[in-house]
Amino acid sequence: MVSTADKKEYKVIGTRPIRHDGYDKVTGRAQYGADIKLPGLVFGAVLRSPHAHAIIKNIDTSEAEKLSGVLAVMTAKDLPRLENIQRASAEESGSEKHLSENVLAHKKVMYKGHAVAAVAAGDINTAEEALNKIKVDYEVLEPVINVDQAMDKDAPIILEGFEADHLGKKVLNTNVALHEIHDFGDVEKGFSESDFVLENEVNMQTVHQGYIEPHNATAIWDEEDRVKIWTSTQGSFTVRDSVSKVLGLDVSRVRVTPMEIGGGFGGKIPIYLEPLAAVLSRKSRRPVKLIMTRTDVFESTGPAPGGKVKVKLGVDSSGKILAASAVIKLEAGGFPEAFIEAASQCVFSCYDIPSTRIEGYDVIVNKPSSAAYRAPGSPQVAFAIETLVDEICDKKGWDPLEFRVKNVARKGTRTALGPLYTRIGLEECLEAAKKSDHWNSKLNDNLPSGKKRGRGIASGYWFNIGFKSHVNLALNSDGTVALTEGSTDIGGTRAAISMQAAEVLGIPAEDVRPSVVDTDSIGYTDVTGGSRTCYATGYAAYLASQKLIEEIEEKAALKWDIDVTEVVYENGIIKSKSNSELKMTLKEFADDSPGGPVTANASVDLEEAGGGFGVHIADIEIDENTGKTDVVRYTAIQDCGKAIHPSYVEGQLQGGATQGIGWALNEEYYMSQDGRMENSSYLDYRMPISLDLPMIDTILVEVPSEEHPFGVRGVGETPIVPPIPTISNAIHNALGIRMSSTPMKPSSIIESLKNK
Amino acid sequence: MASVYLPYKLRHFAMGSSPIDVDGKTLNELINNLEKLFPGIKLELVENGKLKPGLSAVIDGRATRLGLIHKINENSEVHFLPAIAGG
Amino acid sequence: MATSKKVKKIQITTTINGQEMELLIPPYISLLETLREIVGITGTKEGCNDGNCGACTVNIDGRIVDSCLVLGAEVDGKNIETIEGMATPEGLHPLQQAFLEEAALQCGICTPGFLVASKNLLDNEPNPSEGRIRHWLSGNLCRCTGYDKIVKAVQKASDKS
Repeated sequence: MVSTADKKEYKVIGTRPIRHDGYDKVTGRAQYGADIKLPGLVFGAVLRSPHAHAIIKNIDTSEAEKLSGVLAVMTAKDLPRLENIQRASAEESGSEKHLSENVLAHKKVMYKGHAVAAVAAGDINTAEEALNKIKVDYEVLEPVINVDQAMDKDAPIILEGFEADHLGKKVLNTNVALHEIHDFGDVEKGFSESDFVLENEVNMQTVHQGYIEPHNATAIWDEEDRVKIWTSTQGSFTVRDSVSKVLGLDVSRVRVTPMEIGGGFGGKIPIYLEPLAAVLSRKSRRPVKLIMTRTDVFESTGPAPGGKVKVKLGVDSSGKILAASAVIKLEAGGFPEAFIEAASQCVFSCYDIPSTRIEGYDVIVNKPSSAAYRAPGSPQVAFAIETLVDEICDKKGWDPLEFRVKNVARKGTRTALGPLYTRIGLEECLEAAKKSDHWNSKLNDNLPSGKKRGRGIASGYWFNIGFKSHVNLALNSDGTVALTEGSTDIGGTRAAISMQAAEVLGIPAEDVRPSVVDTDSIGYTDVTGGSRTCYATGYAAYLASQKLIEEIEEKAALKWDIDVTEVVYENGIIKSKSNSELKMTLKEFADDSPGGPVTANASVDLEEAGGGFGVHIADIEIDENTGKTDVVRYTAIQDCGKAIHPSYVEGQLQGGATQGIGWALNEEYYMSQDGRMENSSYLDYRMPISLDLPMIDTILVEVPSEEHPFGVRGVGETPIVPPIPTISNAIHNALGIRMSSTPMKPSSIIESLKNK
Repeated sequence: MASVYLPYKLRHFAMGSSPIDVDGKTLNELINNLEKLFPGIKLELVENGKLKPGLSAVIDGRATRLGLIHKINENSEVHFLPAIAGG
Repeated sequence: MATSKKVKKIQITTTINGQEMELLIPPYISLLETLREIVGITGTKEGCNDGNCGACTVNIDGRIVDSCLVLGAEVDGKNIETIEGMATPEGLHPLQQAFLEEAALQCGICTPGFLVASKNLLDNEPNPSEGRIRHWLSGNLCRCTGYDKIVKAVQKASDKS
């Protein structure tokens, strides 16, 4: 841990208690979405398009409906038709019409795997058999599978009738859903004044978040015509909002209970199965459970956008960057939203550059509709900029760390989109990298023939959103505090939130008993994503705890019949300021407090915290004959503001780094020319396994954010940003070849070596 | 006077100049004053009495959660940008 | 769970976590489905249903297998250990305790599979090297942790046993 100023001594924060949900998760007792059992439960299955691009001429479900054991069949006819109204919140972007059409195709299928119908039956096998009896009449169209194809002037138009936005103008008949420019200063002047100008372009294949738990949803209607949904989601309130829109219901008629969630990384923010379960349940009058197959997960749920990013930098002879430009083209999939705004915010985020110009294209292609994947848009642009910086340093003989320090973004630096940074910690991360054991260790060059080692370094950034959270506290008669909140727990946030409450209350972390509750039981809480949970829900817990202390002091004053200003609560002890006889522990008070339950709650709607910066260092060993790259040493350095539970912060760094390593070396959607993913299984979609990796060292830098009482900054997303360029830079260091496409798989490396 | 930075696609309202100095105690007042300077710009920024969906107003480095009622200081910087989130 | 009327169910006798059971199951369902739907214990998870992720790992007669690749019918007369059998009335297994102390889980969906697999390793090799642990666990996918803390937890538990 590397901490900066504002050192504080905490009792609970910074310790490593066992997480509150841990016992259930190591014993198999924890209930994930697929585990739910309800009386009379029946099973659903989804029919998906075999074609990447086709018009639906007719769907005949009559044979399926007749099959014995089938209880309900549905198509898009069973959903209200929605307008092209932009959804309000940034987390659930895009239009309502597209939301509905992604759930169940209306007139056209946009990707192989696009849902066209669904069935509920007494058992899963009958449901799947019924799918085979649904006759869909398709008019197959030519698919468009990457940005170049989509932007070609003769490309078939995928989203007919869609009004695109090209620099503020409405445009029809285009596959570019959004064309945006951000610029500051004068890049032409900046480039002309530069002593050295270099540009590169990177090309990236589509990848998937890869969470081990497939999507699931179970629904039942009650006697008041409300639908109750159990699902594994990153945001139960987002599910409620989306389902109510798709089904045309008031939000109060939808209750969502979040089950435990087996990974999300952004991919479990959109809805897929929930409206289907709801409609099938209404039609069959039974509770209906739907679980995706692994193939469905790959072929039908939002992957991370592939695409192309071009970056150009102009530097002076001392190594100061004078100008920078970028052209970002990312695949949105079948419906808009490819995260180009986020990519634009991130591309030059690590540098202080006076003149910048960023052009972004959100491109519709016949692939599943893209969803967020841990810092969406940032890994793609980091690959471009961080390898370009490496290239410049290599050509000019500059130290890559010193170059980054010379151009570092800090508080007050103007970002490429305009706003000034609040307090951030990139400089401290670079310092930590410079001092790290890894950076100062000698790269082992005593290797068998054919093997080479190389070292790479890269930085990365992701911002932290704030948004809404609510926390409820209730004092139990045994002196523990029940904490209810609405942030689904994907990686230990329940513990981190409880620890923040425990710190304020001055009690052990174990004495706060957290529950993640349904949408009827807590105030609106935004998604567990955007690196917001520990920050925003933690902040709500902090505020609620302070209010609880006020409640306790008031009731103690009542109990002792003294003025409330006389009472002080500290670290689990309540006492009178002037009368030393009046003293009790929280437990004693809780056992006998006057005037009703002792409770408090707090709501927040926070602005973002200053973002999280990371610097990664990797040593790779590469076999020149096979092209196989092994990561032999890896260090992830990141500014986390304040590590509430350091083990889980370290876990975010290690997990994100691993996903980035997989993205860099092996993962891709291997597409056929007719738009099918040919490797839609874990066998061929090659994610990192335990054998692929060394121990991943972490250095937690703590530059407290200005926006949170403990200085918390979100940490979850940044770790996936540096790995791809780190690995590419390491390969260049080892072999002198610049890999500018992902994945940097063995065959690509061999090809590059041949062309060297 | 606050400094208002317009996004690329709205700069034509101000003949390309950015930032623009505008008065306003709240974001609502500021936008109304912008409208006085550049008629038609309000339609691009406000819809149904709120900031347009997908649009964010970043005031002194942070995207406002209060929307049009957000108070603007003497030397505030206001940027109108696309709203972004995460995963 | 209703099944197709045409295929006759078969009877199997098996011991699951020390308890002998007689089950009537369709002949075509996997052991994974048998455990989750018929026996009703859901600690064993489905991640892919084609033997590639290890979330469904169980121990059959001292050997770990992906239960999605085994038919329920095949375990007649066999001894099965699942995650539910790992803790005893006395407390958690040292591996479970180590996973908690070392924060070797984030979302937890892969955790039952890793615990069953690691227990099998330590039952046979009490002091494995890091490389041996990584090799043994290469059939279990984790997307959250990067494996670092999982390996450290197994090392910790092996030091204690």
